[in-house]
Amino acid sequence: MKLNGESVAKGVLSLVAFSALASLLLIAVFIFKEGFPFMLKVGVNDFLFSSTWNPQAGQYGIYPMIVASLYVTFGAMLIGAPLGIAGAIFMNEFLPRSVMRIIKPTIELLAGIPSVVFGFLGVMVLAPFIRAHLGGPGLSVLAASIILGVMVLPTVISISTDAIGAVPNSYREGALALGATRWQSVYMVTIKAARSGIIASVILAMGRALGETMAVIMVAGNTVKIPHAVTDPVRTLTANIALEMSNATGMAREALFATGVVLFVVIMILNAIAMSAIKGAGGRK
Amino acid sequence: MRISPKVAQILAVAVLGAATLLTLVVLVFVIVFVLVKGLPGVTWQFLSTAPLDMGKSGGIFPTLVGTVLLPLLAIAIALPLGVGTSVYLTEYTRENRFTQALRFGTDCLAGIPSIIFGLFGFIFFVVMLRMGWCLLSGALTLAIMVLPTIIRTSEEAIRAVPNAYREVSFSLGATRWETVLRVVLPNALPGIVTGVILGIGRSIGETAAVIFTAGSSLRMPTTVFDSVRTMSVHFYILAREGISNENAYATAAVLIISVLLINLVAYTMMHRFIAKRAK
Repeated sequence: MKLNGESVAKGVLSLVAFSALASLLLIAVFIFKEGFPFMLKVGVNDFLFSSTWNPQAGQYGIYPMIVASLYVTFGAMLIGAPLGIAGAIFMNEFLPRSVMRIIKPTIELLAGIPSVVFGFLGVMVLAPFIRAHLGGPGLSVLAASIILGVMVLPTVISISTDAIGAVPNSYREGALALGATRWQSVYMVTIKAARSGIIASVILAMGRALGETMAVIMVAGNTVKIPHAVTDPVRTLTANIALEMSNATGMAREALFATGVVLFVVIMILNAIAMSAIKGAGGRK
Repeated sequence: MRISPKVAQILAVAVLGAATLLTLVVLVFVIVFVLVKGLPGVTWQFLSTAPLDMGKSGGIFPTLVGTVLLPLLAIAIALPLGVGTSVYLTEYTRENRFTQALRFGTDCLAGIPSIIFGLFGFIFFVVMLRMGWCLLSGALTLAIMVLPTIIRTSEEAIRAVPNAYREVSFSLGATRWETVLRVVLPNALPGIVTGVILGIGRSIGETAAVIFTAGSSLRMPTTVFDSVRTMSVHFYILAREGISNENAYATAAVLIISVLLINLVAYTMMHRFIAKRAK
Protein backbone atom coordinates (compact mmCIF):
# COMPACT_ATOMS: atom_id res chain seq x y z
CA MET A 1 0.00 0.00 0.00
CA LYS A 2 2.81 2.34 0.91
CA LEU A 3 4.75 1.62 -2.27
CA ASN A 4 1.58 2.31 -4.19
CA GLY A 5 1.14 5.74 -2.65
CA GLU A 6 4.73 6.48 -3.48
CA SER A 7 4.32 5.76 -7.18
CA VAL A 8 1.06 7.73 -7.31
CA ALA A 9 2.87 10.72 -5.78
CA LYS A 10 5.66 10.46 -8.31
CA GLY A 11 3.23 10.10 -11.20
CA VAL A 12 1.14 13.10 -10.16
CA LEU A 13 4.21 15.24 -9.56
CA SER A 14 5.71 14.44 -12.94
CA LEU A 15 2.42 15.53 -14.54
CA VAL A 16 2.23 18.71 -12.46
CA ALA A 17 5.82 19.53 -13.42
CA PHE A 18 4.61 20.07 -16.97
CA SER A 19 2.28 22.89 -15.94
CA ALA A 20 4.60 25.80 -16.76
CA LEU A 21 5.87 24.37 -20.03
CA ALA A 22 2.36 23.32 -21.02
CA SER A 23 0.99 26.80 -20.25
CA LEU A 24 3.72 28.37 -22.36
CA LEU A 25 2.91 26.08 -25.29
CA LEU A 26 -0.82 26.65 -24.86
CA ILE A 27 -0.32 30.41 -24.94
CA ALA A 28 1.92 30.21 -28.00
CA VAL A 29 -0.50 27.90 -29.82
CA PHE A 30 -3.54 30.06 -29.16
CA ILE A 31 -1.91 33.38 -30.02
CA PHE A 32 -0.50 31.91 -33.24
CA LYS A 33 -3.70 30.05 -34.12
CA GLU A 34 -5.69 33.29 -33.88
CA GLY A 35 -3.14 35.59 -35.43
CA PHE A 36 -0.98 33.72 -37.89
CA PRO A 37 -3.63 32.74 -40.51
CA PHE A 38 -4.63 36.39 -40.57
CA MET A 39 -1.06 37.45 -41.30
CA LEU A 40 -0.95 35.06 -44.24
CA LYS A 41 -4.35 36.27 -45.48
CA VAL A 42 -3.34 39.93 -45.44
CA GLY A 43 0.22 39.15 -46.48
CA VAL A 44 3.05 39.24 -43.98
CA ASN A 45 4.73 42.04 -45.88
CA ASP A 46 1.61 44.22 -46.04
CA PHE A 47 0.85 43.57 -42.40
CA LEU A 48 4.32 44.46 -41.16
CA PHE A 49 5.30 47.23 -43.56
CA SER A 50 2.19 49.06 -44.68
CA SER A 51 1.44 52.28 -42.86
CA THR A 52 -2.35 52.42 -42.90
CA TRP A 53 -4.20 51.00 -39.92
CA ASN A 54 -7.91 51.25 -40.59
CA PRO A 55 -9.72 48.05 -39.59
CA GLN A 56 -13.10 49.44 -40.70
CA ALA A 57 -11.78 49.76 -44.25
CA GLY A 58 -9.94 46.46 -44.09
CA GLN A 59 -6.47 48.03 -43.95
CA TYR A 60 -4.20 46.43 -41.42
CA GLY A 61 -0.69 47.89 -41.55
CA ILE A 62 1.14 47.91 -38.22
CA TYR A 63 4.32 49.58 -39.46
CA PRO A 64 3.72 52.83 -37.50
CA MET A 65 3.15 50.80 -34.34
CA ILE A 66 6.35 48.80 -34.89
CA VAL A 67 8.31 52.03 -35.33
CA ALA A 68 6.62 53.52 -32.26
CA SER A 69 7.43 50.49 -30.10
CA LEU A 70 11.05 50.59 -31.25
CA TYR A 71 11.40 54.33 -30.56
CA VAL A 72 9.78 54.15 -27.15
CA THR A 73 11.77 51.08 -26.11
CA PHE A 74 15.01 52.59 -27.37
CA GLY A 75 14.23 55.85 -25.57
CA ALA A 76 13.49 53.97 -22.36
CA MET A 77 16.84 52.19 -22.63
CA LEU A 78 18.66 55.49 -23.21
CA ILE A 79 17.32 56.61 -19.84
CA GLY A 80 17.03 53.40 -17.86
CA ALA A 81 20.23 51.58 -18.86
CA PRO A 82 22.88 54.21 -17.99
CA LEU A 83 21.08 55.28 -14.82
CA GLY A 84 20.51 51.72 -13.69
CA ILE A 85 24.01 50.48 -14.47
CA ALA A 86 25.55 53.55 -12.83
CA GLY A 87 23.42 52.90 -9.75
CA ALA A 88 24.44 49.25 -9.63
CA ILE A 89 28.14 50.08 -9.94
CA PHE A 90 27.96 52.83 -7.35
CA MET A 91 26.08 50.71 -4.83
CA ASN A 92 28.42 47.75 -5.22
CA GLU A 93 31.78 49.45 -5.49
CA PHE A 94 31.57 52.79 -3.73
CA LEU A 95 29.00 52.43 -0.98
CA PRO A 96 29.57 50.69 2.35
CA ARG A 97 27.80 47.31 2.61
CA SER A 98 25.53 48.61 5.36
CA VAL A 99 24.16 51.42 3.17
CA MET A 100 23.74 49.10 0.20
CA ARG A 101 21.77 46.70 2.38
CA ILE A 102 19.17 49.43 2.78
CA ILE A 103 19.14 50.90 -0.72
CA LYS A 104 18.96 47.69 -2.73
CA PRO A 105 15.82 46.34 -1.05
CA THR A 106 14.25 49.80 -1.26
CA ILE A 107 14.73 49.81 -5.02
CA GLU A 108 13.48 46.23 -5.33
CA LEU A 109 10.44 47.17 -3.27
CA LEU A 110 9.74 49.91 -5.77
CA ALA A 111 9.62 47.34 -8.55
CA GLY A 112 6.21 46.51 -7.10
CA ILE A 113 4.64 49.88 -7.89
CA PRO A 114 1.83 49.04 -10.33
CA SER A 115 2.45 50.21 -13.88
CA VAL A 116 -0.84 52.11 -14.02
CA VAL A 117 0.43 54.35 -11.22
CA PHE A 118 3.50 55.28 -13.27
CA GLY A 119 1.24 55.96 -16.24
CA PHE A 120 -0.99 58.21 -14.17
CA LEU A 121 1.97 60.23 -12.91
CA GLY A 122 3.09 60.56 -16.51
CA VAL A 123 -0.27 62.06 -17.40
CA MET A 124 -0.54 64.35 -14.38
CA VAL A 125 3.06 65.55 -14.02
CA LEU A 126 5.27 64.72 -16.99
CA ALA A 127 2.96 65.37 -19.95
CA PRO A 128 1.95 68.89 -18.82
CA PHE A 129 5.64 69.68 -18.25
CA ILE A 130 6.60 68.54 -21.76
CA ARG A 131 3.65 70.42 -23.28
CA ALA A 132 4.65 73.63 -21.51
CA HIS A 133 8.39 73.48 -22.16
CA LEU A 134 8.93 71.52 -25.36
CA GLY A 135 5.62 71.94 -27.16
CA GLY A 136 3.43 69.29 -28.75
CA PRO A 137 0.54 67.58 -26.99
CA GLY A 138 2.66 66.38 -24.08
CA LEU A 139 1.58 62.76 -24.44
CA SER A 140 4.44 61.64 -26.63
CA VAL A 141 7.41 59.41 -27.45
CA LEU A 142 9.41 61.39 -24.91
CA ALA A 143 6.88 61.02 -22.09
CA ALA A 144 6.54 57.28 -22.74
CA SER A 145 10.32 56.83 -22.89
CA ILE A 146 10.86 58.62 -19.59
CA ILE A 147 8.11 56.73 -17.78
CA LEU A 148 9.30 53.37 -19.15
CA GLY A 149 12.91 54.29 -18.44
CA VAL A 150 12.02 54.83 -14.79
CA MET A 151 9.90 51.69 -14.68
CA VAL A 152 12.74 49.43 -15.86
CA LEU A 153 15.26 50.88 -13.38
CA PRO A 154 14.61 48.24 -10.68
CA THR A 155 15.11 45.44 -13.24
CA VAL A 156 18.41 46.88 -14.51
CA ILE A 157 19.72 47.67 -11.04
CA SER A 158 18.72 44.40 -9.43
CA ILE A 159 20.20 42.10 -12.09
CA SER A 160 23.33 44.24 -12.68
CA THR A 161 23.97 44.42 -8.94
CA ASP A 162 23.85 40.64 -8.71
CA ALA A 163 26.24 40.34 -11.67
CA ILE A 164 28.71 42.85 -10.22
CA GLY A 165 28.43 41.30 -6.76
CA ALA A 166 29.32 37.93 -8.24
CA VAL A 167 32.72 39.16 -9.48
CA PRO A 168 35.31 37.59 -7.14
CA ASN A 169 36.98 40.06 -4.80
CA SER A 170 40.40 38.78 -5.78
CA TYR A 171 39.92 40.45 -9.21
CA ARG A 172 39.49 43.84 -7.57
CA GLU A 173 42.32 43.23 -5.13
CA GLY A 174 44.58 42.25 -8.01
CA ALA A 175 43.85 45.51 -9.82
CA LEU A 176 44.27 47.60 -6.68
CA ALA A 177 47.55 45.84 -5.84
CA LEU A 178 48.86 46.83 -9.27
CA GLY A 179 48.31 50.45 -8.30
CA ALA A 180 44.98 51.07 -9.99
CA THR A 181 42.57 53.58 -8.44
CA ARG A 182 39.20 52.26 -7.39
CA TRP A 183 37.58 53.60 -10.56
CA GLN A 184 40.27 52.06 -12.75
CA SER A 185 39.71 48.70 -11.12
CA VAL A 186 35.97 49.14 -11.70
CA TYR A 187 36.04 49.95 -15.38
CA MET A 188 39.03 47.89 -16.37
CA VAL A 189 38.27 44.77 -14.34
CA THR A 190 34.92 44.55 -12.55
CA ILE A 191 32.68 45.80 -15.37
CA LYS A 192 34.43 43.55 -17.88
CA ALA A 193 34.00 40.53 -15.63
CA ALA A 194 30.31 41.32 -15.01
CA ARG A 195 29.64 42.23 -18.64
CA SER A 196 27.27 39.40 -19.57
CA GLY A 197 25.11 39.94 -16.51
CA ILE A 198 24.89 43.67 -17.17
CA ILE A 199 23.98 43.07 -20.81
CA ALA A 200 21.35 40.55 -19.71
CA SER A 201 19.82 43.10 -17.36
CA VAL A 202 19.50 45.62 -20.19
CA ILE A 203 17.98 43.09 -22.59
CA LEU A 204 15.48 41.89 -19.99
CA ALA A 205 14.58 45.52 -19.31
CA MET A 206 14.12 46.00 -23.03
CA GLY A 207 11.62 43.14 -23.06
CA ARG A 208 9.81 44.78 -20.13
CA ALA A 209 9.64 48.13 -21.89
CA LEU A 210 8.49 46.61 -25.16
CA GLY A 211 5.79 44.57 -23.42
CA GLU A 212 4.50 47.26 -21.07
CA THR A 213 0.96 48.23 -21.93
CA MET A 214 -1.15 50.21 -19.50
CA ALA A 215 1.42 52.86 -18.60
CA VAL A 216 2.20 53.37 -22.27
CA ILE A 217 -1.45 53.74 -23.25
CA MET A 218 -1.77 56.49 -20.69
CA VAL A 219 1.26 58.55 -21.70
CA ALA A 220 2.06 57.86 -25.37
CA GLY A 221 -0.93 59.61 -26.95
CA ASN A 222 -1.99 56.61 -29.08
CA THR A 223 -2.09 58.31 -32.51
CA VAL A 224 -1.34 55.85 -35.32
CA LYS A 225 1.34 57.85 -37.10
CA ILE A 226 5.05 57.55 -37.68
CA PRO A 227 6.55 60.14 -35.30
CA HIS A 228 8.84 62.87 -36.63
CA ALA A 229 9.81 64.41 -33.31
CA VAL A 230 10.15 63.13 -29.75
CA THR A 231 7.18 65.31 -28.82
CA ASP A 232 4.86 63.52 -31.30
CA PRO A 233 2.22 61.16 -29.93
CA VAL A 234 2.51 57.49 -30.95
CA ARG A 235 0.69 54.19 -30.54
CA THR A 236 2.79 51.14 -29.63
CA LEU A 237 2.05 47.51 -30.54
CA THR A 238 0.91 46.73 -27.00
CA ALA A 239 -1.31 49.83 -26.84
CA ASN A 240 -2.87 48.87 -30.15
CA ILE A 241 -3.90 45.47 -28.76
CA ALA A 242 -5.30 46.80 -25.51
CA LEU A 243 -7.10 49.80 -27.00
CA GLU A 244 -9.02 47.90 -29.64
CA MET A 245 -9.58 44.59 -27.86
CA SER A 246 -12.80 45.58 -26.15
CA ASN A 247 -14.76 46.29 -29.32
CA ALA A 248 -12.98 44.29 -32.01
CA THR A 249 -14.65 41.31 -33.69
CA GLY A 250 -13.87 39.08 -36.67
CA MET A 251 -10.99 40.24 -38.85
CA ALA A 252 -10.22 43.19 -36.60
CA ARG A 253 -9.76 40.90 -33.60
CA GLU A 254 -7.59 38.53 -35.61
CA ALA A 255 -5.46 41.54 -36.53
CA LEU A 256 -4.89 42.22 -32.83
CA PHE A 257 -3.81 38.63 -32.25
CA ALA A 258 -1.47 38.96 -35.23
CA THR A 259 -0.03 42.04 -33.49
CA GLY A 260 0.34 39.80 -30.44
CA VAL A 261 2.25 37.26 -32.54
CA VAL A 262 4.78 39.92 -33.57
CA LEU A 263 5.19 41.01 -29.96
CA PHE A 264 5.46 37.43 -28.69
CA VAL A 265 8.17 36.50 -31.19
CA VAL A 266 10.29 39.62 -30.57
CA ILE A 267 10.09 39.25 -26.78
CA MET A 268 10.91 35.54 -26.90
CA ILE A 269 14.02 36.34 -28.94
CA LEU A 270 15.07 39.06 -26.47
CA ASN A 271 14.52 36.71 -23.51
CA ALA A 272 16.48 33.92 -25.16
CA ILE A 273 19.43 36.29 -25.68
CA ALA A 274 19.24 37.48 -22.07
CA MET A 275 19.01 33.93 -20.72
CA SER A 276 22.03 32.74 -22.67
CA ALA A 277 23.96 35.82 -21.49
CA ILE A 278 23.11 35.02 -17.87
CA LYS A 279 24.03 31.39 -18.40
CA GLY A 280 27.35 32.44 -19.92
CA ALA A 281 27.99 34.63 -16.88
CA GLY A 282 27.11 31.78 -14.51
CA GLY A 283 29.32 29.30 -16.35
CA ARG A 284 32.41 31.44 -16.14
CA LYS A 285 32.34 32.01 -12.42
CA MET B 1 44.87 65.81 -22.85
CA ARG B 2 44.90 62.89 -20.46
CA ILE B 3 42.92 63.11 -17.28
CA SER B 4 44.92 61.91 -14.32
CA PRO B 5 43.59 58.74 -12.64
CA LYS B 6 42.92 60.63 -9.43
CA VAL B 7 40.72 63.19 -11.17
CA ALA B 8 38.98 60.43 -13.14
CA GLN B 9 38.24 58.67 -9.87
CA ILE B 10 36.66 61.78 -8.36
CA LEU B 11 34.65 62.48 -11.52
CA ALA B 12 33.43 58.88 -11.73
CA VAL B 13 32.30 58.81 -8.12
CA ALA B 14 30.49 62.12 -8.57
CA VAL B 15 28.69 61.03 -11.75
CA LEU B 16 27.79 57.55 -10.49
CA GLY B 17 26.69 58.92 -7.15
CA ALA B 18 24.51 61.53 -8.83
CA ALA B 19 22.89 58.86 -11.01
CA THR B 20 22.14 56.69 -7.98
CA LEU B 21 20.71 59.63 -6.11
CA LEU B 22 18.54 60.60 -9.10
CA THR B 23 17.18 57.06 -9.33
CA LEU B 24 16.25 57.01 -5.66
CA VAL B 25 14.75 60.50 -5.78
CA VAL B 26 12.55 59.67 -8.78
CA LEU B 27 11.28 56.41 -7.33
CA VAL B 28 10.62 57.90 -3.92
CA PHE B 29 8.96 60.93 -5.56
CA VAL B 30 6.46 58.61 -7.29
CA ILE B 31 5.37 57.16 -3.96
CA VAL B 32 5.37 60.39 -1.97
CA PHE B 33 3.48 62.28 -4.69
CA VAL B 34 0.72 59.69 -4.89
CA LEU B 35 0.43 59.42 -1.10
CA VAL B 36 0.33 63.18 -0.57
CA LYS B 37 -2.34 63.63 -3.24
CA GLY B 38 -4.27 60.49 -2.41
CA LEU B 39 -4.19 59.90 1.35
CA PRO B 40 -6.53 62.80 2.28
CA GLY B 41 -9.22 61.07 0.21
CA VAL B 42 -8.77 57.70 1.93
CA THR B 43 -11.37 57.60 4.67
CA TRP B 44 -13.21 54.73 6.26
CA GLN B 45 -16.21 55.68 4.17
CA PHE B 46 -14.13 55.59 0.98
CA LEU B 47 -12.98 52.06 1.80
CA SER B 48 -16.31 50.71 2.93
CA THR B 49 -18.88 52.04 0.45
CA ALA B 50 -19.66 51.24 -3.16
CA PRO B 51 -18.72 53.63 -5.98
CA LEU B 52 -21.50 55.95 -7.15
CA ASP B 53 -21.89 57.24 -10.67
CA MET B 54 -19.17 54.97 -12.19
CA GLY B 55 -16.71 56.02 -9.51
CA LYS B 56 -17.17 59.79 -9.76
CA SER B 57 -18.08 59.72 -6.10
CA GLY B 58 -18.53 57.12 -3.40
CA GLY B 59 -15.96 54.54 -2.34
CA ILE B 60 -14.14 51.50 -3.64
CA PHE B 61 -15.51 48.64 -1.53
CA PRO B 62 -16.39 46.19 -4.36
CA THR B 63 -12.97 46.70 -5.95
CA LEU B 64 -11.32 45.89 -2.60
CA VAL B 65 -13.28 42.65 -2.55
CA GLY B 66 -12.17 41.92 -6.13
CA THR B 67 -8.57 42.74 -5.24
CA VAL B 68 -8.65 40.25 -2.37
CA LEU B 69 -10.56 37.45 -4.11
CA LEU B 70 -8.81 37.41 -7.48
CA PRO B 71 -5.20 37.01 -6.26
CA LEU B 72 -6.24 34.50 -3.58
CA LEU B 73 -8.03 32.33 -6.13
CA ALA B 74 -5.09 32.66 -8.52
CA ILE B 75 -2.67 31.54 -5.78
CA ALA B 76 -4.94 28.67 -4.79
CA ILE B 77 -4.60 27.41 -8.37
CA ALA B 78 -0.91 28.20 -8.88
CA LEU B 79 0.42 27.03 -5.49
CA PRO B 80 -0.11 23.25 -5.86
CA LEU B 81 1.17 23.38 -9.45
CA GLY B 82 4.20 25.49 -8.57
CA VAL B 83 5.20 23.63 -5.42
CA GLY B 84 4.55 20.28 -7.14
CA THR B 85 6.82 21.30 -10.01
CA SER B 86 9.62 22.38 -7.70
CA VAL B 87 9.32 19.22 -5.55
CA TYR B 88 9.56 17.15 -8.72
CA LEU B 89 12.56 19.11 -9.98
CA THR B 90 14.46 18.94 -6.70
CA GLU B 91 13.48 15.64 -5.08
CA TYR B 92 12.48 13.27 -7.86
CA THR B 93 14.83 13.84 -10.80
CA ARG B 94 18.40 14.62 -11.61
CA GLU B 95 19.35 17.37 -14.02
CA ASN B 96 18.76 16.16 -17.56
CA ARG B 97 17.34 17.32 -20.89
CA PHE B 98 13.83 17.02 -19.54
CA THR B 99 14.36 19.19 -16.46
CA GLN B 100 16.25 21.68 -18.63
CA ALA B 101 13.21 21.92 -20.91
CA LEU B 102 10.94 22.48 -17.89
CA ARG B 103 13.23 25.19 -16.56
CA PHE B 104 13.45 26.82 -19.97
CA GLY B 105 9.64 26.83 -20.16
CA THR B 106 9.42 28.46 -16.74
CA ASP B 107 11.95 31.17 -17.68
CA CYS B 108 10.15 31.92 -20.95
CA LEU B 109 6.80 32.10 -19.19
CA ALA B 110 8.27 34.63 -16.76
CA GLY B 111 9.26 36.90 -19.65
CA ILE B 112 5.89 37.05 -21.41
CA PRO B 113 4.31 40.51 -21.13
CA SER B 114 0.99 40.75 -19.34
CA ILE B 115 -0.93 41.91 -22.40
CA ILE B 116 -0.15 38.54 -24.05
CA PHE B 117 -1.53 36.79 -20.97
CA GLY B 118 -4.59 38.98 -21.35
CA LEU B 119 -5.01 38.03 -25.02
CA PHE B 120 -4.57 34.35 -24.23
CA GLY B 121 -6.89 34.38 -21.23
CA PHE B 122 -9.51 36.17 -23.29
CA ILE B 123 -9.46 33.81 -26.27
CA PHE B 124 -9.01 30.61 -24.21
CA PHE B 125 -10.95 31.01 -20.97
CA VAL B 126 -13.43 33.76 -21.84
CA VAL B 127 -14.29 32.85 -25.44
CA MET B 128 -13.35 29.24 -26.11
CA LEU B 129 -14.29 27.70 -22.77
CA ARG B 130 -17.28 30.09 -22.66
CA MET B 131 -16.56 31.17 -19.12
CA GLY B 132 -17.11 34.83 -19.95
CA TRP B 133 -15.42 37.70 -18.10
CA CYS B 134 -15.33 36.39 -14.57
CA LEU B 135 -13.38 35.85 -11.39
CA LEU B 136 -12.37 32.34 -12.48
CA SER B 137 -11.13 33.38 -15.96
CA GLY B 138 -9.06 36.13 -14.37
CA ALA B 139 -7.71 33.87 -11.63
CA LEU B 140 -6.69 31.13 -14.09
CA THR B 141 -4.88 33.70 -16.24
CA LEU B 142 -3.13 35.23 -13.22
CA ALA B 143 -2.26 31.75 -11.94
CA ILE B 144 -0.28 31.05 -15.11
CA MET B 145 1.35 34.45 -14.80
CA VAL B 146 2.59 33.97 -11.23
CA LEU B 147 3.49 30.29 -11.71
CA PRO B 148 7.16 31.00 -12.57
CA THR B 149 7.60 33.14 -9.43
CA ILE B 150 6.19 30.37 -7.24
CA ILE B 151 8.23 27.64 -8.93
CA ARG B 152 11.49 29.61 -8.58
CA THR B 153 11.08 30.68 -4.96
CA SER B 154 9.90 27.26 -3.77
CA GLU B 155 12.70 25.54 -5.67
CA GLU B 156 15.24 27.76 -3.93
CA ALA B 157 13.58 27.17 -0.57
CA ILE B 158 13.54 23.40 -1.05
CA ARG B 159 17.16 23.33 -2.18
CA ALA B 160 18.11 25.25 0.98
CA VAL B 161 16.81 22.42 3.22
CA PRO B 162 19.97 20.59 4.37
CA ASN B 163 20.44 17.09 2.97
CA ALA B 164 21.07 15.73 6.43
CA TYR B 165 17.37 16.26 7.23
CA ARG B 166 16.38 14.02 4.34
CA GLU B 167 18.96 11.38 5.24
CA VAL B 168 17.69 11.16 8.81
CA SER B 169 14.15 10.75 7.54
CA PHE B 170 15.18 8.02 5.07
CA SER B 171 17.19 6.21 7.74
CA LEU B 172 14.08 6.10 9.91
CA GLY B 173 12.37 4.19 7.13
CA ALA B 174 10.32 7.01 5.60
CA THR B 175 9.62 6.90 1.89
CA ARG B 176 10.54 9.76 -0.41
CA TRP B 177 7.01 11.16 -0.44
CA GLU B 178 6.74 10.96 3.35
CA THR B 179 10.06 12.77 3.58
CA VAL B 180 8.82 15.48 1.24
CA LEU B 181 5.59 15.95 3.18
CA ARG B 182 6.93 15.76 6.75
CA VAL B 183 10.48 17.06 6.46
CA VAL B 184 11.23 18.98 3.27
CA LEU B 185 8.08 21.05 2.81
CA PRO B 186 7.68 22.14 6.47
CA ASN B 187 11.30 23.31 6.47
CA ALA B 188 10.93 25.10 3.15
CA LEU B 189 7.66 26.72 4.15
CA PRO B 190 8.91 30.28 4.84
CA GLY B 191 10.55 30.39 1.41
CA ILE B 192 7.43 29.08 -0.29
CA VAL B 193 5.28 31.63 1.52
CA THR B 194 7.61 34.37 0.29
CA GLY B 195 6.89 33.27 -3.28
CA VAL B 196 3.17 33.29 -2.57
CA ILE B 197 3.30 36.81 -1.20
CA LEU B 198 5.33 38.05 -4.17
CA GLY B 199 2.75 36.44 -6.46
CA ILE B 200 -0.08 38.17 -4.62
CA GLY B 201 1.74 41.50 -4.91
CA ARG B 202 2.17 41.07 -8.64
CA SER B 203 -1.48 40.07 -9.08
CA ILE B 204 -2.73 43.11 -7.18
CA GLY B 205 -0.78 45.50 -9.38
CA GLU B 206 -1.72 43.79 -12.63
CA THR B 207 -4.10 45.50 -15.02
CA ALA B 208 -3.67 44.37 -18.63
CA ALA B 209 -4.11 40.65 -17.97
CA VAL B 210 -7.04 41.22 -15.61
CA ILE B 211 -9.18 43.69 -17.53
CA PHE B 212 -9.62 41.29 -20.51
CA THR B 213 -10.33 38.21 -18.41
CA ALA B 214 -12.07 39.24 -15.19
CA GLY B 215 -13.85 42.20 -16.75
CA SER B 216 -14.69 45.36 -14.87
CA SER B 217 -18.12 44.95 -13.29
CA LEU B 218 -18.68 47.04 -10.20
CA ARG B 219 -21.26 44.68 -8.72
CA MET B 220 -20.31 42.45 -5.81
CA PRO B 221 -19.47 38.95 -7.03
CA THR B 222 -21.55 36.08 -5.65
CA THR B 223 -19.93 33.19 -7.54
CA VAL B 224 -16.62 32.62 -9.33
CA PHE B 225 -18.51 33.11 -12.61
CA ASP B 226 -19.26 36.77 -11.83
CA SER B 227 -17.17 39.54 -13.26
CA VAL B 228 -15.11 41.60 -10.80
CA ARG B 229 -13.15 44.84 -10.94
CA THR B 230 -9.87 45.03 -9.06
CA MET B 231 -8.42 48.24 -7.61
CA SER B 232 -5.83 48.46 -10.40
CA VAL B 233 -8.50 48.17 -13.08
CA HIS B 234 -10.73 50.64 -11.25
CA PHE B 235 -7.86 53.09 -10.94
CA TYR B 236 -7.01 52.67 -14.62
CA ILE B 237 -10.59 53.35 -15.67
CA LEU B 238 -10.94 56.36 -13.36
CA ALA B 239 -7.68 57.87 -14.61
CA ARG B 240 -7.96 56.99 -18.28
CA GLU B 241 -11.54 58.09 -18.74
CA GLY B 242 -10.98 61.15 -16.59
CA ILE B 243 -13.88 60.21 -14.32
CA SER B 244 -12.42 61.63 -11.13
CA ASN B 245 -8.81 62.53 -10.49
CA GLU B 246 -9.49 62.86 -6.79
CA ASN B 247 -10.82 59.32 -6.47
CA ALA B 248 -8.08 58.06 -8.79
CA TYR B 249 -5.39 59.46 -6.48
CA ALA B 250 -7.08 58.01 -3.40
CA THR B 251 -7.40 54.59 -5.08
CA ALA B 252 -3.75 54.77 -6.17
CA ALA B 253 -2.73 55.54 -2.58
CA VAL B 254 -4.55 52.45 -1.28
CA LEU B 255 -3.07 50.39 -4.12
CA ILE B 256 0.51 51.53 -3.48
CA ILE B 257 0.27 51.02 0.27
CA SER B 258 -1.08 47.49 -0.17
CA VAL B 259 1.56 46.49 -2.70
CA LEU B 260 4.45 48.00 -0.74
CA LEU B 261 3.29 46.40 2.51
CA ILE B 262 2.96 43.02 0.82
CA ASN B 263 6.41 43.27 -0.77
CA LEU B 264 7.88 44.41 2.53
CA VAL B 265 6.47 41.38 4.32
CA ALA B 266 7.80 39.08 1.57
CA TYR B 267 11.21 40.69 1.75
CA THR B 268 11.54 40.45 5.53
CA MET B 269 10.41 36.83 5.46
CA MET B 270 12.93 35.97 2.79
CA HIS B 271 15.67 37.68 4.77
CA ARG B 272 14.82 35.86 7.99
CA PHE B 273 14.72 32.59 6.06
CA ILE B 274 18.14 33.17 4.52
CA ALA B 275 19.62 34.30 7.85
CA LYS B 276 18.28 31.20 9.59
CA ARG B 277 19.71 28.90 6.91
CA ALA B 278 23.07 30.63 6.94
CA LYS B 279 23.58 29.78 10.62
